[in-house]
Amino acid sequence: MRTTLTVARRELAGYFATPVATVFIVIFLVLQGALTFNLGNLFTRNQADLAPFFTFIPWVFLLLVPAITMRLWAEERRLGTIELLLTLPITQTQAVLGKFLAAWAFCAIALLLTFPFVIAVNLLGSPDNGVIAAGYIGALLVAGAFLSVGAALSAATKNQVIAFVLGVAVCFVFAVASNPIVTDFLSHAAPSLAEATRRISVIDRFQDFSRGIIGLRDVIFFATFIGFWLFVNTLVVDARKAA
Amino acid sequence: MAADEAAALIEIAELTKRFGRFTAVDHVSFRVARGEVLGFLGPNGAGKSTTMKMLAGFVTPTEGTARICGHAVQTDSLAARRTLGFLPEGAPTYPDMTVAAFLRFVAKVRGYAGDELPRAIERVVTLTHLDTVWLQPIETLSKGFKRRVGLAQALLHDPPVLVLDEPTDGLDPNQKHEMRALLATMAPHKAIVISTHILEEVDAICTRAIIIAAGRIVADATPAELRAKHPSGRLDDVFRQLTEREAA
Repeated sequence: MRTTLTVARRELAGYFATPVATVFIVIFLVLQGALTFNLGNLFTRNQADLAPFFTFIPWVFLLLVPAITMRLWAEERRLGTIELLLTLPITQTQAVLGKFLAAWAFCAIALLLTFPFVIAVNLLGSPDNGVIAAGYIGALLVAGAFLSVGAALSAATKNQVIAFVLGVAVCFVFAVASNPIVTDFLSHAAPSLAEATRRISVIDRFQDFSRGIIGLRDVIFFATFIGFWLFVNTLVVDARKAA
Repeated sequence: MAADEAAALIEIAELTKRFGRFTAVDHVSFRVARGEVLGFLGPNGAGKSTTMKMLAGFVTPTEGTARICGHAVQTDSLAARRTLGFLPEGAPTYPDMTVAAFLRFVAKVRGYAGDELPRAIERVVTLTHLDTVWLQPIETLSKGFKRRVGLAQALLHDPPVLVLDEPTDGLDPNQKHEMRALLATMAPHKAIVISTHILEEVDAICTRAIIIAAGRIVADATPAELRAKHPSGRLDDVFRQLTEREAA
């Protein structure tokens, strides 16, 4: 555990050693703000909640999370530091987990910095802060799910652009898995798959959180989803050693 | 000889790596005992780095085994890595980190804590003369300093086994001299493998040299024995004779 945290701390410090952290957080806040106010009409709806905020956040993550994960492994491969990292007394699992936790902590920091939204709705009305808290937990889980996908894909390449594009594409598939376009197509082509894809939709699972419901099934879904992709991540790292 | 066998800290047996149909390393076997400095020579692409990567556990061999201090690199990987100091090809380090942050990271991963941590770091910083660049980001350092940061990382836990892939590449003559002097002081207590293209280095610090060509060992002898293999008595003639024949 100590080693995992050492890896995570180094990784997290890496975000702040470069302009990556600042650029990411600023863009995230601007984008999230613009969508919430302009498209979501946060103020003109005259309701004291953060529903528009939570409607857009998975989509903002869909775009920005792969930007965090694209460098996670690809950069190490390009610099050659992966050779250093994997020959230190660190297990593959510790390395994978450490990197994931760092990226997740970074997303949590970005999320925390959206606190002015919460203050604003609290000043203007009396929202249900429990619902807001559930929404934030859900948003963090969505970020974690996308991060685990992006990290595994980043391990497969040394090209960060490829890692980013693949990350967005695969996250998008999981985001819209329950969309009628996808399920209608699948119910014709492969009906058994259609039901399965409806269950793996990240955004569907997130809906409950944004309504204030923290369902055990949804939490288990996210934990399994993240665990699965982290496992894939270790497999990819291992496979590249044998290649 | 029996004592040598018992003290072998590195044991490589029939190590083989194939990439598709290309065989990069072909049944390479050797042992290195405490007190030996083994020069690992060969033309570019001969399989030097791949062999070292397999020894360090970064590349999984297709066949064969590598052991460090008795620990099998593949099956007892963490124990093997704890006794190994490895300088990968090109001495990669994290460019954004300062020398201090980087060495502290390695020390923590190596299990140092409390008072031991600064003491271990101070020891390698003195050994590799990094005190003047202590708080500089690694990306701003000269090539020589970067290589020394890589070496400091490998020496941090004072390992019994050192595997250094081209430790003097890119250093100026003074730095090369310093690096050799440093390796010479450590040599009696460790088993050291260095790969190099500089044949004079073999004479200067190695007690033994292995020449590898097209993935196979073509010579394994002391520098003096190697020199005797060619009428001119010069190592580069021997090197050319052995490796060109193999390539042809």
